[in-house]
Amino acid sequence: MATEPEGPGLADQPGAGRVQRRAHGAVIDPYVDRYAARARGMIASEIRALFAVAARPEIVSLAGGMPYVTALPLDAVGDMAGQLVAGQGAAALQYGSGQGDPALREGICEVMALEGIRAHPDDIVVTVGSQQALDLISKIFIDPGDVILAEGPSYVGALGTFASYQAQVVHVPMDDDGLIPEALGQAITGLAAGGRRAKFLYTVPSFHNPAGITLTARRRAQVLGICQRAGLLVVEDNPYGLLGFDGEPGRALRAEDPHGVVYLGTFSKTIAPGLRVGWAVAPAGIRDKLVLAAEAAVLCHSSLAQLMVREYLATQPWREQVKVFRELYSERRDAMLAALSADMPAGCRWTHPGGGFYVWLQLPAGLNAKAMLPRAISSRVAYVPGTGFFADGSGADFLRLSYCFPPPEQIREGVRRLAGVVRAEMDVHATFGTVPGAPSGTGAGPAELTGPAGAAPQP
Amino acid sequence: MSDLGHVLILAGGLSPEREVSLRSGHRLRDALREAGVDADTADADAALIPALAADPPSAVYPAIHGACGEDGSIQEVLTLMGVPYVGAVPNACRLAFDKPVAKAVVRSAGLATPASVTLPKETFHDLGAAAVLERIAASLGLPLFVKPARGGSALGATRVTEAGDLPGAMISCFAYGDTALIERCVLGTEVAIGVIDLGDGPKALPPVEICPLEGSYDYAARYTPGQTEFYAPARLTAADTAAAGAAAVSAHQALGLRDVSRTDLIVSDAGVFFLEVNVAPGMTETSTLPMALESAGRALGTVCRDLLSLAAARGN
Repeated sequence: MATEPEGPGLADQPGAGRVQRRAHGAVIDPYVDRYAARARGMIASEIRALFAVAARPEIVSLAGGMPYVTALPLDAVGDMAGQLVAGQGAAALQYGSGQGDPALREGICEVMALEGIRAHPDDIVVTVGSQQALDLISKIFIDPGDVILAEGPSYVGALGTFASYQAQVVHVPMDDDGLIPEALGQAITGLAAGGRRAKFLYTVPSFHNPAGITLTARRRAQVLGICQRAGLLVVEDNPYGLLGFDGEPGRALRAEDPHGVVYLGTFSKTIAPGLRVGWAVAPAGIRDKLVLAAEAAVLCHSSLAQLMVREYLATQPWREQVKVFRELYSERRDAMLAALSADMPAGCRWTHPGGGFYVWLQLPAGLNAKAMLPRAISSRVAYVPGTGFFADGSGADFLRLSYCFPPPEQIREGVRRLAGVVRAEMDVHATFGTVPGAPSGTGAGPAELTGPAGAAPQP
Repeated sequence: MSDLGHVLILAGGLSPEREVSLRSGHRLRDALREAGVDADTADADAALIPALAADPPSAVYPAIHGACGEDGSIQEVLTLMGVPYVGAVPNACRLAFDKPVAKAVVRSAGLATPASVTLPKETFHDLGAAAVLERIAASLGLPLFVKPARGGSALGATRVTEAGDLPGAMISCFAYGDTALIERCVLGTEVAIGVIDLGDGPKALPPVEICPLEGSYDYAARYTPGQTEFYAPARLTAADTAAAGAAAVSAHQALGLRDVSRTDLIVSDAGVFFLEVNVAPGMTETSTLPMALESAGRALGTVCRDLLSLAAARGN
């Protein structure tokens, strides 16, 4: 049974009978006027609310770039972890060096050698995933208002980091061969004409996130040449370099120019993201500052995670495991490209990645991927709208599809649902007579995307 | 510990309001535990029915927002399972969740509600969107609110001040549902009024006045602490407070609601206007029902414990 109400009656209202004259009401967060300017954009959003639904198993999520860690030999990794703590617990559970475990850094040199990088362990700074390397690079280089050059589109996590340091990102367009050298030159010249100079070029040259495109060998030389002539530092973010589907890994930019390139690497895709172990390789002066910045940020990184990776590299067949991942992702890429060709309506175009995790899809003119997302969630499929990959508000007609996590049958079902969503959205747009949109600005995306009428999916 | 026994709060679901619902559910669970109730949360997924069958709770508090939680679906399932629950029965939920239907019902009960037009997307398709929108703008005037007929948290809702922005607002709205409510924007004080019935008839809580610091009371303004100023109680005259409270109770009764509801109103020079009603009001840090309870000197946990006791006593 209900108990009697406690306290004042429900309808009792302090101050009833007069207008309240308080200067301010409650704002829930009393510190709202004290946050730094860089926190201004940190607000609740409909998109985040929709992604909370996308994480449910009922939804086919083609959104997140989660590596398929289930493909790891988990029993063997578990045994290794147990032996590590039992045998080396005093070190694994202790503070470590700000630069990172020396033996791990030696192992990292072996990994990078696969992409032609010759580095000394002293050149390496271990970080909490390559995301922290991005943060540290930004911390030591960016003052508010500084310009960063980046591909258009660019990795959303990097854009978020640059924004948190109040940088201005200028996008440089890509095509099927990657960053367009002429456009890079023009961007540098344009800045110089205004008395400005970019702090660095941020690039994901191999199996780009989100575009799925790889900078060709010829272009790599051109881009490096332009940057060398302009004295522009290159930050090469290379999480997917070993996950190419066709042949041996290509040569990293860092392999060609050790003095002009800071290289960011990670074990998130080749082992597991839960370990949070990445690294930066930098020229000596930059490296020293990165170590100091890392110590200021975290004192030292997880010794346990570092020693796990060290032991994994030393005792597990990691090269063969990377091959397992490559084959698995290649099969899923094929499933996605075949489903897109079979199901997507005319007017959609997409890239054909040769590795990595992502397909970059352009919607028919006038459609807005962000506005369409609620319809997609209702249809139990999720993707990432394109605007998140641009700092200038463009990219509304693009979306990123990820094929790394769902198995092929789910990918096919997800694409089938997405095709229905796009058709329904086209129907609504046709009803309301929205004019086919103009191209979404400079650097909106690859110029040569392929649609259903194009070539068959590449192997 | 309360003698109520084990209670279950349903939170989550698959609507775009999932995150809000989870926050509501966790806050309610903590408040109930503070009030001595053995409370847990559960999602509305495939594990729910087996869990309810294996270990039936004394009562359930549905805190799922949006479709499933507020359209009567989960209440229908709980009824099927014979599990007592807090809140309106399925038929009443269906009436309340559909904004145009709720407006019609409360209008029949004598409440004012902003002039509006409700149309499915097929009408725009079949009759020509430009002609229909032109007539709507001419008839209702600007500014207008365009919102999905079903759903909450202002998702898919747009305030339109220029006729040229109407097509875009319609597209945003139809991404959330197939029917749109286009409503005249009434200027005045926006208030939310909770109604609680602890067995002695529905009573209005103090009105909570909502003042977004910028723009309208959209999703960001609702769920970013600091983006909206709340006055609890609202800065209304005694007469307006009484009229708003009476309107909320009338809406609760006219729609056949039970236990708890929250009605959103505009108090203007021309009177009190009903906007919509919620049968599973938000319980987050930025939600107005907990603020109203606090303003009334009531603890969220004890009030919801009492509602659960009532539900357990009446059975399904």
